This record gives sequence, C-alpha cells and structure tokens, in this order.
Amino acid sequence: MPKKEKMHEGLEMKKPAETYCLGIESTADDFGVGLATFNGEILANASSGYVPEEGGIHPREAARHHAEAADAVLREVLSKAGITHRDLTLIAFSQGPGLGPCLRTGATVARVLSAYLDVPLVGVNHSIAHIEIGKLETGALDPVTLYVSGGNTIVSAFDSGRYRVFGETLDIALGNCLDVFAREAGLKHRLGMPLGAALENLAANGKKLVLLPYVVKGMDLSLSGLLTAATTLLHKGEHKLEDLCYSLQEHAFSMVTEVTERALAHTEKKEVLLTGGVASNRRLQSMLGIIAEEHDAQFNVVPRQFATDNGAMIAWTGVLSYTHGIVTPIEESHVKLRWRLEKVEVPWIK
Amino acid sequence: MDKIDSQKLIKKGAEASLYLTDWHEKKVVIKARLPKKYRPKELDEKIRNYRTAHEPQLMHEAKKAGVPTPTIFLVDMKNAEITMEFVKGKQVKQLLGMISKKERQELCIKIGELVGKIHKHGVIHGDLTTSNMILGIEGKIFLVDFGLGEKNTELEARGVDLHLMKRALQSTHCQFAEECFEAVLKGYSTVMGGAEVEKVFDKIREIERRGRYVAERKK
Repeated sequence: MPKKEKMHEGLEMKKPAETYCLGIESTADDFGVGLATFNGEILANASSGYVPEEGGIHPREAARHHAEAADAVLREVLSKAGITHRDLTLIAFSQGPGLGPCLRTGATVARVLSAYLDVPLVGVNHSIAHIEIGKLETGALDPVTLYVSGGNTIVSAFDSGRYRVFGETLDIALGNCLDVFAREAGLKHRLGMPLGAALENLAANGKKLVLLPYVVKGMDLSLSGLLTAATTLLHKGEHKLEDLCYSLQEHAFSMVTEVTERALAHTEKKEVLLTGGVASNRRLQSMLGIIAEEHDAQFNVVPRQFATDNGAMIAWTGVLSYTHGIVTPIEESHVKLRWRLEKVEVPWIK
Repeated sequence: MDKIDSQKLIKKGAEASLYLTDWHEKKVVIKARLPKKYRPKELDEKIRNYRTAHEPQLMHEAKKAGVPTPTIFLVDMKNAEITMEFVKGKQVKQLLGMISKKERQELCIKIGELVGKIHKHGVIHGDLTTSNMILGIEGKIFLVDFGLGEKNTELEARGVDLHLMKRALQSTHCQFAEECFEAVLKGYSTVMGGAEVEKVFDKIREIERRGRYVAERKK
C-alpha cells in the first residue's frame, strides 16, 4: 500500500495545553464522538447507537441513523468538555475498516468540520484505535492484544514498526457469533443491554457443558462451525437455553484464549490487553487473566466505556498519528472498507 | 507429576511443557499437556486427550512420508504425556535472521519439500511456524508439534496449512516473509508436481480472499 500520509508542518507552533482532537467513530452501529487533549486526557465521549428493529445491522439504516444523530452527539461532546468548535485543533475520523455507508457518513462529518474550521484532518484505523485506547487507559506499553468485537477477532502484537496479526478468525468474528446465536434464541437488543450482555447473563446460570466443535488452526480459529452446531441444538430444543449459552461461551472463549496464549508464549511479551466490545464479558476476562498469570504477564482490560466502538479512541489515535507527522488531506480521505491493521505504520512506537 | 518436577523444563509453550530427561540411557523429551485452568475440565480433557493420541500417529505417518520427526517412545494417555527422542539442533525461527539470503532460500526450499511430502502422504501439520522446525546437527530438518494436525487429503486443508505458514512468516519474520514463502512454495512444487500444485495455489488465494478486510476480496 503506498504511503498516503504526508508530513505536517507547523505542528510545533501549537501549545500543548490548548490542543484538542475531536474523534469521530462510525464504522458500524454506533455513531461516537470523543474529545482528547494532546496529553492523552479524554475530556468527553458520547455516542448514539442504532438499534435495528430486527436482525443485524442494516448498513443503510445505520448510516441514516448516524447522519441524524451526528449534530446532537457533537454538541453533547463539546458542551461536556466545556469548549466550542473554534477551540478544536485537529479532527480525526475512523477511516476503516467497517461498513461503507456508515464510514462515509462519519467521514463526511469529519471533512466538513476540518474544512469549515480550517484544521487538519487525520484518518485513523479503527482496529489500531481499539488497541491504543486500551493502552492509554490501562497503562499497558507493549502488550499481546486480543481484540474481540462484532466485526473483529484479532490477536496482535507490535513488531518492527507495525502491529502484526498473530492470529485471527478464519470466518466470523466472536461478537458476531454470540450475537447471531442470541438472536436465534429470541433475545432482543436493547439500549444499554447489548445482545452479548444478555447472553452472558443467561450463560452465568448454565451448568451443563454441551460439547461443541472446537476449531483452532495454528494461531487462527474458526467459529462458524461452532455457531451452526449451537443453533442446530437450540432449535432441537433438547437443552436448556442457559446451558447452551454457557457451552457456546466456554468453547468460543477457550478458543480465543488458547490462541492468545500461543501468541504470548511465542512473543514472550509481558503484558496482555483485552479490548473491543466483547472485552466487557467477565468470563472472557477471567480466562485471559489466568493465562496472563501463568506466563507471568500483566493482564489489562479496557474500561467498559471504551470497550465498544467510541469516538475517544479515534481522537486519541488521531493525536498519536498527528504528533508523529501523519495528516490526511481531504482529497485522500476516502474510506477504506478493508483496511487491515498490519497495513498501517505506527511511528509513535519505537 | 512428581517425576516431572525433578526434570529440566526446556520450554513452557502455550499448549504443553517440554521437559528434558534421561530414559533408558537416552536423552528424551517429555511433552506434557498440562491441564488448562481457564477452560472447563470436561472440554480440557477432551482436547488434551485428542491431541495426545493423534500427535504420535501423525508423527509416525510423517516419518513414513520421509519427513524426519522425533521418534516416539511412550504415550501416557492418563497424564497426556508423550515421551520422544530429543533432537539436537536449532529452531528455524532462530536461524532465519542469522544466515545469508542464499542459505535462507535453500533452507526454505527444503522446508517446502518436507511440507509437500507430508501433504502428499495425507498429513496436515496444522501449525507450520518456524518454531516447529528444527535443523538437526546432521543437517536434517525435523518437523515437530503435530498437536493441531490431522489426516486429510483435501485441497482446503492443504491450502489452510500453507496459508497459516505464510501468516506465521509474516508475523514473525516480516523482513524475509515474502522471499521465504516463495522458496517454500518452490520446494513444495517439486514434490507435489504439476496440476496438483496449481490447485493448491489457487486454494491459497481463495482462502486469503476469504479473510476479513482483504482488499482483493470478491463481493
């Protein structure tokens, strides 16, 4: 991939105390805005979630929601932080990977703000932002990261200028696997209670382990067969729903934990970071905590408010990029639906 | 378990611990798949038993295909332990960065030949990282750790095996990944030959496109 970033001149003219980065996140069902100072302080973070009436995310409907919600969320963040749009130094946005219509909506808002306020724009890789906010909030410096969400299941660690992907799903993402099963079981997505949390609550009351497919290939894993087997059993109705939720979680989480442990043993790093929407799951946290301890590594979990997609992580990663010479001119700010994290250079890590 | 404590731990991997010890006047390695506390006991036992039973079979099959693997002396299903020959040598992982480009190429061609041999014989390794390849002191390359392997002759399995190897090279040896994988495929081709090789290569490309956020992915 050719380098699109250009060195930004005149950076040293800004005083640190007066520099604010506004981050816009819109890769999937959440429209989020966050505000970070250049010193790594998160001053505000707000979002509006699109809740489908049925089924999963409809990209066009989600984008429509984002366009309608943008104004209110932006205003909320500025007022929470006690600044006006005139105080903004930098606009960062989620440039990919994600759903096209959703990404384009956020990118449009970002371009307009950047042009209108005459401040630089910086496009941020969404996956890297999940890692960076985790590091900022937990103090982890060089972790093996398990990033698990509705769209991603990635084990990565930094090496030679980039985050490298050590393991990932060969098919569907962990959050997707859990969500589809939850919907099949008739659970409903409500504001403040994502499907994954509803499933977690049911699983906590499960007692009997039903054996399901367990597919680990090298450091990669496959979840689609597990999902098919679990939904088939669900529709047969021979097991209690709680037991199936429990069994699904135990199998899926054991798989991601196993590959994370492999990456940890392989890289011999001394920190583990759990980030992304599924990071809020307590059972997953406890499993990763165990492997970290066994390898004398420190275990870190991103705080709940920064686990799901959020604008603060985009703002902070925007700061890191900009202060290391990266800006994205508007004419090069097209969204990148399939922007893998190992394609991005991260000059802020030595 | 008591006997293990008195032996020398040489590697604490993710999946198993390796202990070096003497057994009937031979240097041997005991590969112990210790219980994993993070997963439920029932699932843990299923996984450990399955892998302990299958690994020696696959290593034996690989030998039949002409691929050096450590000789198995003992399989203890109760404790999920395998006692095998200790192979003196260096992990390919440690070597790749220390040798010349030409040597690296030759080494990778040889590795490709070995992978071709096991595939042709119907064995999938399942975890072709450079940590699982040992260059012995006599110059032979040993493949170890067949715990995630399987007996399979399908294109899909062969493609995934090689795809994972490419990924492992990219994450661990980013500077040489491309040249190394090219050499591996070269060696692989000489063993597999002709039409079969083209089908496997097509499969690798298909598997890559299936990945998440791959630019070449078809709609």
